[in-house]
Amino acid sequence: MTDATRAEVCVIACAEAFRGDGEILASAFGTIPAIGVRLARATFAPDLLLTDGEAQLVRGTWAVGAPADGVVEGWSPFRRIFDLVWHGKRHAMMIPVQIDRYGNTNISALGDHARPKVQLIGVRGAPGNTVTHPVSYWVPKHAPRAFVPRVDLVSGVGHDSAAAAGTGARRYHDLRRVVTNLAVFDFAPEGGAMRLRSVHPGVTVDEVCAATGFPLVIEGEVPETRLPTEEELRLIRDVLDPRGLRDEEVPA
Amino acid sequence: MAGKTLTLDEFATRVTSGMTIGIGGWGSRRKPMALVRALLRSPVTDLTVVTLGGPEVGLLCAAGKVRKLVYGFVSLDSIPLDPHFRAARESGAVETAEYDEGMFVTGLRAAANRLSFLPIRAGLGSDVLTMNPGLRTVASPYADEEYVAMPALPLDVALVHVNRADPVGNVQYLGPDPYFDDLYAMAAGACYVSCEEIVPTGRLLDHAPAQTLLFSRMYTTGVVETPRGAHFTSCVPDYDRDEAFQAHYAAAAKDPEAWQGFARTFLDGGEQDYQAAVARFHDHAAPRQESRA
Repeated sequence: MTDATRAEVCVIACAEAFRGDGEILASAFGTIPAIGVRLARATFAPDLLLTDGEAQLVRGTWAVGAPADGVVEGWSPFRRIFDLVWHGKRHAMMIPVQIDRYGNTNISALGDHARPKVQLIGVRGAPGNTVTHPVSYWVPKHAPRAFVPRVDLVSGVGHDSAAAAGTGARRYHDLRRVVTNLAVFDFAPEGGAMRLRSVHPGVTVDEVCAATGFPLVIEGEVPETRLPTEEELRLIRDVLDPRGLRDEEVPA
Repeated sequence: MAGKTLTLDEFATRVTSGMTIGIGGWGSRRKPMALVRALLRSPVTDLTVVTLGGPEVGLLCAAGKVRKLVYGFVSLDSIPLDPHFRAARESGAVETAEYDEGMFVTGLRAAANRLSFLPIRAGLGSDVLTMNPGLRTVASPYADEEYVAMPALPLDVALVHVNRADPVGNVQYLGPDPYFDDLYAMAAGACYVSCEEIVPTGRLLDHAPAQTLLFSRMYTTGVVETPRGAHFTSCVPDYDRDEAFQAHYAAAAKDPEAWQGFARTFLDGGEQDYQAAVARFHDHAAPRQESRA
């Protein structure tokens, strides 16, 4: 398929972050990650568990922005989500306001925490998520203001912070992917710096580097992010996002 | 067995300045908003507010009632940030202790268990430790690991809102999620419960199984019947969040002049005046919405 939009490529890249995860809870924040996890479950990751965004685990595939209409298979009130976070059978894709070279992320505040220049949402569950189970990130607008040399406040724990904090922080620390509107990243096994895995079709490596406020690890020829298959495109367009909400998050 | 029913005004006299109050619910979900509105009308001040915060934080901050906020987050759910909370933070008007959500729950659990702390992995490696300089870690006596020693979050009073209660304080939720209201009750010296309906004990299990009885009368100090008392947050299955009103609240909270108007219209009278003003708001809003459609 050659007519896939950038948003649809991003959906595939988000879905791919959950490949091989098996029977765990996939928690996705943002429209495109939400489409991505449902697509992954409908195709190559059928064992994933998903919530309705409230307190139920639901099977099936349903459109973003619409109520879950699948078969309820479990109860997941917030208290059980915390138990699950600490148990570890979860992979969350969160949306950082800032992310740095070692995968530290900030969703709490810009400036000094005692009196922030801009109050954001607070650390929420990011500290716990990052030291207990796999975490990936979705950045819908890849730009130097998001990809900063050093985050103002560490909400989500990066590799250098986990290393400095000791075994308790390192043991289950597992940053998987960073997906943006331009490219896909993971982290180099040596040193834990952000590594460019693929660029979306139509994006150059130079563009990615210019939009990133720190040096990236780049190893050899950088491949292109894969395109959706015909069946995946059908699922995205007809089943998972018939209203085209993905284009509001990543314009064509 | 003594009945524990109170009026909103009687409840308001039980909270005194300087207290640490825990507020149940989650974000903009099943918050004891009528109890909070009663506090807004009372002279109480200098509060330490402990909450998984929603609009009650903004309202209490705007009224100058808060000295310190202890929170896992503050969000209106469908609107990410409460403008009053944002303003209070950015002007440095309130002291804060910001924790990871799970750390916050663990602090309540420690208080409920009468422990001074509980170990938790969450927080390690993050700036939660630097922004709360009093936080300590604790070494495991069994493994080569250190954990955060999350201090207990003991409360003077807890405020929660539920669907039903009986006159002696047995408490029932009928929605999808109990949130952490039982932990707030157990972490507090006194717990005040507002509910949509007070029913005789023998009716609690009408159309509901026993596991909806969230906590027992032994944890309850007073019960207040406040129909639509969680408004404008959700109280499923009795009602969903009032999104139109919440949007109106958030828009008004961004502008001092608009806020004066909002406070005059909705907050200057009693609870009945509030509910009547909300009904009028919807009477006026409805035709506009239709013409847009």
